[in-house]
Amino acid sequence: MKIVVASGKGGTGKSTVAANLAYSLIELQSVTLVDCDVEVPNLHLFFNPEPAIKEVFTIIPKIDSDLCTLCGDCGRFCRYGALTVLKDRVLVFEKMCHACGGCMIVCPEKAISECNYAVGRVEDSNPLPGLRLISGFLKEGEVLAPRVIKDAKAAAEGDGLIIIDSSPGIACPVIEAMDEADFCILVTESTPFGLHDLDLAVGVTKSLGLKAGIIINRSDGSDEDVRNYCRKMDLPVLLTIPFSREIASVQNRGDLISEKLPGWKEQFAGVYKECLELCGVDE
Amino acid sequence: MKICVTSKGAGADSAVEQRFGRSPFFVFVDSESGESKAVENPLVNESGGVGPRAVQLISGEGADVIITGQLGGNATAALQASGMKVFAYSGTGTVSEAVAQYKEGGLRQLI
Repeated sequence: MKIVVASGKGGTGKSTVAANLAYSLIELQSVTLVDCDVEVPNLHLFFNPEPAIKEVFTIIPKIDSDLCTLCGDCGRFCRYGALTVLKDRVLVFEKMCHACGGCMIVCPEKAISECNYAVGRVEDSNPLPGLRLISGFLKEGEVLAPRVIKDAKAAAEGDGLIIIDSSPGIACPVIEAMDEADFCILVTESTPFGLHDLDLAVGVTKSLGLKAGIIINRSDGSDEDVRNYCRKMDLPVLLTIPFSREIASVQNRGDLISEKLPGWKEQFAGVYKECLELCGVDE
Repeated sequence: MKICVTSKGAGADSAVEQRFGRSPFFVFVDSESGESKAVENPLVNESGGVGPRAVQLISGEGADVIITGQLGGNATAALQASGMKVFAYSGTGTVSEAVAQYKEGGLRQLI
């Protein structure tokens, strides 16, 4: 079972939901939590892990200047602008390269080979009994977030229950995080901004054919607009987390409400049960 | 000497385009004979990476000098390596007017 937590809007509480959901289940079964918000991963702040670290590489072209005739074919082929053929040399723009390998195919002199280029790292740890935490970190200044997400998810592959924390937005990193998930929890808040971006995220889940349910976070009790939207779109509201000082103070210390406040562990376990039911999976 | 000017149209009487990689045309002017030739830019509607690709196109045409409005970071890096000189034209005049101003030494050198 693979559950991805997404939102559209930033700051709605994806990491809070992912971390609490994972914590609430570890007494029942092993859980693998994957932090795919690779530009600003922060799930490790809840758990203080001591991780094993593995670098993430992408492939970039390497030009053999003895073989290269400066014909220009690679530069004309590369739609990302990663290669510029000048009069006396070929420039490689590493950050523009999408590792498609096309330049190696079109080069008539076979002057281009692959070489590794580090874009980030994956940290793997077991911070609590029953909990595995895998966090993707994109290197500062790098842009290939999906590459790091792919490796973080690959590390979790084969584990029984995987909970994936995605980045906000609806672009490539989010789609990579959602890819091959069984269910998507969309976290929103009862503001016009939360609802607007929730609608965008729902559009992505529909395009991907991904089943989804909603968690309303920091609810001030006036959630009619979000609830009406969910009814209209036939999306179940799995949980409502109130806007309360008590919850905020636990969260702000880097703690989990499912650990520190009574009742929340059961509530999150109930969310998981509902996810299973909505996916048609028997426990 | 061959001067490339980013241009909104296909001739030396067209207005100078401020954008570099997404300029609709590149007009190449021979500074000695005054003859000009326009190349339509195939990169106008591309999603990204147009700067370095435009540099290869212009370098391939044999330009020595480029006159344009503004440059992005990747285009700048490619142009610095290319050996071509780049001058900024911020006016609203034509390609011919920009070339004339360049010849008088009235344009600021970017690269």
